[in-house]
Amino acid sequence: MSTAAPQGKRPLLRVEGLVKDFGGLRAIDHCSFEVEENTITGLIGPNGAGKTTMFNVITGFFRPDAGRVFLGDEDITALPPHEVFKRGMCRTFQIPREHPSMSVIENLMLVAPDQIGEKFWNCWIRPAEVRRQEEEIRARAEEVLAFVELTHVTEEYAGKLSGGQKKLLELARTLMTDPKIVLLDEPAAGVNRTLMKRISENIETLRRERGITFLLIEHDMNMVMNLCNPVIVMSEGRDLMVGRPEEVQNDPRVLEAYLGGQYATA
Amino acid sequence: MDSAQLARGSFFILPLFLLGLMVIPGSRLVKVVLSIIAAFVITWLLATSLNAGVFTYVASFSTMAMIYAILSLGLNSQWGMSGHVNFGIAAFFSIGAFTSALVTTTMPEGVLASYSAQAFGLGMPYLVGILVAGIVSAILGWLVAIPVLRLRADFLAIATLGIAEIIRLIFQNERWLANGPQPLRGIPQPWLCLVKQPNCSWEPQWLVDWLSPLGARDYSFVNFLIVAVLLAVIYLLLERISNSPWGRMQRAIRDEEQSAAMSGKAVTYFRIQSFVIGSFIMGVGGAIYASYMVAIDYSHFLPLYATFIIWVMLMLGGSGNNKGAILGAFVIWFVWTGTETMIDWLAPALRLISDDLPSRGAYLRWMLVAVMLGAIVLFRPQGILKERKRVSDFMPRAKAGK
Repeated sequence: MSTAAPQGKRPLLRVEGLVKDFGGLRAIDHCSFEVEENTITGLIGPNGAGKTTMFNVITGFFRPDAGRVFLGDEDITALPPHEVFKRGMCRTFQIPREHPSMSVIENLMLVAPDQIGEKFWNCWIRPAEVRRQEEEIRARAEEVLAFVELTHVTEEYAGKLSGGQKKLLELARTLMTDPKIVLLDEPAAGVNRTLMKRISENIETLRRERGITFLLIEHDMNMVMNLCNPVIVMSEGRDLMVGRPEEVQNDPRVLEAYLGGQYATA
Repeated sequence: MDSAQLARGSFFILPLFLLGLMVIPGSRLVKVVLSIIAAFVITWLLATSLNAGVFTYVASFSTMAMIYAILSLGLNSQWGMSGHVNFGIAAFFSIGAFTSALVTTTMPEGVLASYSAQAFGLGMPYLVGILVAGIVSAILGWLVAIPVLRLRADFLAIATLGIAEIIRLIFQNERWLANGPQPLRGIPQPWLCLVKQPNCSWEPQWLVDWLSPLGARDYSFVNFLIVAVLLAVIYLLLERISNSPWGRMQRAIRDEEQSAAMSGKAVTYFRIQSFVIGSFIMGVGGAIYASYMVAIDYSHFLPLYATFIIWVMLMLGGSGNNKGAILGAFVIWFVWTGTETMIDWLAPALRLISDDLPSRGAYLRWMLVAVMLGAIVLFRPQGILKERKRVSDFMPRAKAGK
């Protein structure tokens, strides 16, 4: 059953025939798509199309009822979230999920992988090594904070940040490791124009300079049109089409999904 | 100068020194010097100003408060650090107490055997008893954790409450195990030989001379010292891991589990870890309690007395703060024992309200504790000492001039 992988651009993330039911509601209905390496792929669709559910299935929060998810050549279907993370996939949440009782810097330091101090006995028997690693992690966290321009709130409680700053913190968290692919769930929701522009620039820089692949859900069409290529459209749990932003924008099926379709027939 | 009072006082020096190290701020040198001075001065003041009876009361009061402090520290590593609502402290407390009792006592012989039953009696030393108690309690915690930690907050609370009742009823009904409803007696007291003839074999002559004015009644002081040292060790070990990357991860999971999972943390595994560590400490607390009481039975482990008062202690002292856990234990134990005398004083006033009331005064204490818990939650939810902002002590400080 080995089909030779096509040469050239290879899909980094591949979703095949995914199905997810919640009771009688089919949130995802045989959805398939691919995300190519080193792209910023948009995932759009009307409310209730199953985009966030798709993220939750890919990252292991939900177990799919059918279908498979591949990261590179590896089948990651239904792996728990921390295992998905270890294989190089990060995600952010639609509503920021910071750790409010910790400072911004420790919110970031938390994410660093392979911390020996997370095995509690090492804190008793190998304190010097834990301390040295903490130094490295802190330095990295400070770099990341500088990149997203949050240095001025380093020691602030994460819970006290503004909505926009929390969005930046979400993005920053994914940079504490070296992810292959980052899933962003509405990175610009509730964010002002200036900040949105900055987030877009950050994403583009990361793709260009670090070769990180992005898959992002976004409702702001300006952002999608400027940033994403290609764009995947989901509607009622299915993959409706894939194309360049301008193709998608003018496709009658997409317009119908947004404006007519399910609503018109009701 | 009364040599007996000074001998009693000498048991206070080390605990007070350790307390000084904990509370006095400043550089290490300042801490050590001030703590030594403070320890000697306070000891001298206590020994000269108190009579023997009050002094003994202070020692045994503090010992019990410290046992509660250990339980409160155990709860802190479950609730404070990781957000487990464990309403079954009594389960781990009693398992620890009965385990160490069985491990350290010897099987009853002769006449005693006809009215006292226990599953086994190994006659092992005190420290072995503590360790085994901790391990057995940790194993129980682990077994409980596997099914139960999938539950959240209120469901976890109900499940643990139920488990504690099951364990207590087992100890109440299974006579072969630990003498059923009758107390299990004769739990050995460590270093009793310091104040009782014959003297300990390892005891140097100068110590024998120094302690010679003391008798078996003064054992409270010996126990006080031992419990203080054990509390200090537990506190230090816990403080180390709670202010570390491990503690940071626990707090992250408590705050926001999904994003901790998406940051690569194996949430369930780490939640079980903190639950088991807390169970271990509670078991150790139980072991120390058993030897403090000498005789224990199921009635010591009722939910009000062995679970909820510890919750009040931690909530008042400060959830998430190990110092707060200890402070809360002392404050609440003081209020709890203090109100007993207060109710006696209030008897005439209570009689004015109703003739029955003075005899039911004891229940007013429960109301008082409940009111306190309510007041804490409403007016100072973070407790007296709130949780620190900075988690990891291993992390370097921000560079100066920023």
